[in-house]
Amino acid sequence: MTSDSKPYSGEQANAAPLPAGGPNPPRSPEPETSAQAAPAGESLARDAWRRLSQNRAAMASLGLLVAIILVCIVGPWLLPWGLAEVDWNAFGTGPTLENAHYLGTDANGRDLLTRVLYGGRISLSVALVASFVSLLIGVLYGAISGYLGGRVDNLMMRFVDIMYSLPFMFLVILLMVVFGRNIFLIYAAIGAVEWLDMARIVRGQTLALKRREYIEAAHALGVRDSKIVTRHLIPNAIGPVIIYVTLTVPKVILLESFLSFLGLGVQEPLTSWGVLISEGVDMMESSPWMLLVPSAFLAMTLFCLNFLGDGLRDALDPKTR
Amino acid sequence: MLIYTLKRLLQAIPTLLIVITISFFLMRVAPGGPFDGERQLPPEIEANLMAAYHLDEPLPMQYLRYMGNLLQGDFGPSFKYKDFTVTELIAQGFPVSLEIGGLAILLALIVGLPLGIAAALKRNSTVDYVVMGTALTGIAVPNFVLAPIFALVFGVLLGWLPAGGWNGGALPNLVLPVVALSIQQIAYIARMMRASMIEVLGSHFIRTARAKGLSESEVIWRHAIRPALLPVMSYLGPAIAGIVTGSVVIEQIFGIPGIGRYFVQGALNRDYTLVMGTVVFYGILIVVMNLIVDLLYSALDPQIRYDD
Amino acid sequence: MINKTIKQLLTGAGCALLALTPPLAAADIEGDRQVLRRDNGAEPSTLDPQLSTGTWESSIVGDLFEGLVARDASGSIIPGVAESWERSDDGLHYTFHLRDDAKWSDGTPLTAEDFVYAWQRILSPALAAPYAYMLSPIQGAEAVNSGDSAAETLGVEASDAQTLEVTLTRPTGYFVEMLGHASTYPVPKDAIEAHGSDWTKPGNMVSNGAFKLSEWISHDHITAVRNPNFHAVDDVALDEVRFLPIDDSRAALNRFRAGDIDTADSVPQGRIEWARENLPDALHETPILATFYFAFNQRPGSVLNDRRIREALNLALRRDVITSQITKLNQPSAFSVVPTAISDYDGPQFDFAEQPMDERLIRARELIEEAGYSSENPLHLTIDYITNPDTKRIPVALAAMWKPLGIDVTLTNSDAAVYYAKLREGNFEIGMAPWIADYDDASNFLDLFRSGVPNNHGGYSNADYDAMMARASNELDLDERPRLMANAEAILLDDYAMLPLYFYVKAKLVSPTLEGWQENPMDTHPSRWMHFSDN
Repeated sequence: MTSDSKPYSGEQANAAPLPAGGPNPPRSPEPETSAQAAPAGESLARDAWRRLSQNRAAMASLGLLVAIILVCIVGPWLLPWGLAEVDWNAFGTGPTLENAHYLGTDANGRDLLTRVLYGGRISLSVALVASFVSLLIGVLYGAISGYLGGRVDNLMMRFVDIMYSLPFMFLVILLMVVFGRNIFLIYAAIGAVEWLDMARIVRGQTLALKRREYIEAAHALGVRDSKIVTRHLIPNAIGPVIIYVTLTVPKVILLESFLSFLGLGVQEPLTSWGVLISEGVDMMESSPWMLLVPSAFLAMTLFCLNFLGDGLRDALDPKTR
Repeated sequence: MLIYTLKRLLQAIPTLLIVITISFFLMRVAPGGPFDGERQLPPEIEANLMAAYHLDEPLPMQYLRYMGNLLQGDFGPSFKYKDFTVTELIAQGFPVSLEIGGLAILLALIVGLPLGIAAALKRNSTVDYVVMGTALTGIAVPNFVLAPIFALVFGVLLGWLPAGGWNGGALPNLVLPVVALSIQQIAYIARMMRASMIEVLGSHFIRTARAKGLSESEVIWRHAIRPALLPVMSYLGPAIAGIVTGSVVIEQIFGIPGIGRYFVQGALNRDYTLVMGTVVFYGILIVVMNLIVDLLYSALDPQIRYDD
Repeated sequence: MINKTIKQLLTGAGCALLALTPPLAAADIEGDRQVLRRDNGAEPSTLDPQLSTGTWESSIVGDLFEGLVARDASGSIIPGVAESWERSDDGLHYTFHLRDDAKWSDGTPLTAEDFVYAWQRILSPALAAPYAYMLSPIQGAEAVNSGDSAAETLGVEASDAQTLEVTLTRPTGYFVEMLGHASTYPVPKDAIEAHGSDWTKPGNMVSNGAFKLSEWISHDHITAVRNPNFHAVDDVALDEVRFLPIDDSRAALNRFRAGDIDTADSVPQGRIEWARENLPDALHETPILATFYFAFNQRPGSVLNDRRIREALNLALRRDVITSQITKLNQPSAFSVVPTAISDYDGPQFDFAEQPMDERLIRARELIEEAGYSSENPLHLTIDYITNPDTKRIPVALAAMWKPLGIDVTLTNSDAAVYYAKLREGNFEIGMAPWIADYDDASNFLDLFRSGVPNNHGGYSNADYDAMMARASNELDLDERPRLMANAEAILLDDYAMLPLYFYVKAKLVSPTLEGWQENPMDTHPSRWMHFSDN
């Protein structure tokens, strides 16, 4: 068992940096929003990219991340071993050059490097899709809830409370029964929990932002609500959202291994980094490579995402533009 | 504010009712029952069991029975731990989880906040890289890896601390589980505090404060930290609900008699009453913690108001 | 208001921190007291003997209670509350003579009436005891359990305080052996009537074994102390037994190595070789009465209805690779369903057991082809299993071993409740099915394959087999009965009714200073026979 069933447990964390708003912040008329400077979204993106490309740590991370993804996609074709192929002469052997098991084998005699690369495809795609789903639903839901406020906010947030409190494991087991075993279900199940955190963060941001003069001014000028939310509120909440996404990724990757435990995640012989790590823990003292190899891939990915996230945050921050 | 709080507490009742109702039926339509085990029981014995637990009644009837008992504060006996009621199990385990979890949060704040602030103030310096690198490692190494390593290294190989066991909450037995539980929290808090400090330090009112000629320490201590703390506070609300209700990983590796394992094992055993007990308990904590967070929003940022 | 709540939360934790208790002494012998710290493997689900179901309960309940018969350190049946017993010639009547110094832990005498009460209680529909079927050989048991007859109609009678008369519906060769099971233990009527379902709590519980309950904190520890009213108390060396419900074998290994516990109930699969090297004096690898097999779903419409496929799957299985490379416990390969360690039974084996692997593979390929499958039309099979890091490696290996036959295997894992629901509904093709004996008799395993019985997962049904088993169960002759059962097993094996893998070996750690702990196939270790040598 590798994870708590509580969808929102302390072992999973969120980051909710709320906007600067001091005890009595002097209000300034200076532009705080990207939208004011931007009739053209394209130049914004180009501007952000320019600033990102000047950040060496972020660019190095981006490069490494792309390399990891490429290796996971291409690597398995280049290696001599198949995903489920058992080397009957090499059960749980350490890294060696002799028998082409460069990073050793697992307890079933299967090549570990091959499995880590296949597992990477699963873990990285889960991370990508689940983070995107939680980003999309969470940001929109949170921004609408916070912006509309009052009764609507109250209702929407009570719905979030309810979703938090439902027993996640039964949700998962039911999903499995209704839809069968399907890799996309993993994404759906994980996204379905993760958006809650994101929604509460963005809603908190929005509560503070919507009192700013420029939002109230836009409102007074008759700008449509939908436009205020998408053009003014969300761009200004982008900082904490990015930080939170980088914290979501490890959570999602490890949550997947818990779903696999329940039978919803990947099925043998397929695997994922989370599953490989939890298998490796059992062998920690006698066969440390089984833990170290998948952990190293996971850690490397997280470091890259983190620096890339920091760089993106700086590049997209409307305040520093 | 008082009226708002009272209103929110009143709203907790329908919220919890919905949670209980959905959970009840969700749990009951899931395949597998509490008596599906390695030994398949003869039909007549299964019939006796179903009758003894009223599982032979129509589901709506069982629901009404459950709600009726719940109103009297009766969560029923656990299906799996037959000699205990759910109330007894939670009453016995919660103080343990609260102690471990509370200490872990405290430790995480004491360590995580200063680290995050330091990293933000010395942004892109060696201090920043070391702190954030360490924090990232804390995030990248999950609990189910960290806890066994701690037990092995400090409990067995070095023998400095007990390898496991609760021992009535003796201090040496607390150290490893509390530290193992707090590492990830430290990492999260440091990471968030850094991000929000950077955000605040870059904002115009700090620039204004600096322009007014306030000393740097005055700017940081009087104007920057308080608003920067806000997101950490809002993070801690729901996080506390999760941490003080225990962690199955920590409890299994260190042999802690907390309630974290009930969330997982209750569901795996289809221990219907225990699952409902944990759902209600956790639901109350979530509702209360999110209320506290919302109140803290407006306490820390007077701009945030709840209109009605 | 809110600040106060937070403060209370925080100070609550602070107070708890201040209320520190001194750590327990880390020695086996605390002062002059001998204290055994046993890893129980998991939290018991109850301490009520009649509701207990597995080893996590019976290990504790067996120390707290004593039945008509007891087990010695080697797991053999010895007289318990009953000093002696007789069986009538037709095998249908047993008379048990109870010892006159049998007492409950509160000092009240234990009489034959207590057994009558206990056995009526376990069969009462209201108690809904899962193991009520253990008593089914007793006359009227099934009718009482289903609520059709009154409890008094049960064929158990106390003709006087020291004499218990039992009437069976059919001769049951293993009846006395069966009385070693926790479900037949006596229970204290007064305590149960006074405390209801709370009677198993410390302070309420009255028991009759070598130890009595003194403390129970759920998921933390259960403490039992020597029972001064036990009839053989003078032979009990341990003052106290502390049962620790450690449900993670890695945690148990850590705590054993740290000297925190005296026995560990299991060794993690990945650490068994390490333990052989580093803890040779403490490691015990004991064959126990249990078979690990996979059930073939042979219900109409299943592809496994074809005997040729079942034979091929059995042939192509390299059992020794699984036990030496995957489980690493070197369990004896199973070519039959009844473990070889079962007493007084000499059963058959698959006829290919001695055949070299390459010949077996050739034959297996032929069979698959005969059954109409080829590389163009491969055979698709699904293996279902319970998620568990240790057992998952086995189905993975099976899939790899069957691959050369052109069989395409899908692996499907689920949590235990979903998995067993599938087995019950017959909604699987090949499913993992471990079976651990309740008592030392071959029928324990062979009964699993009678038509329509609850644990016949595969739905196997063969009239000849049923007839042979029926003959065996009515046979009184102690030599003839096992022969009939062996004939029945031969039918079973000829049908390839299941896929046996291995007979269990249980790996445990026992402190070398603990004496009186003996390896035995029943895997039962009463604390009353144990003591620490350094005293």
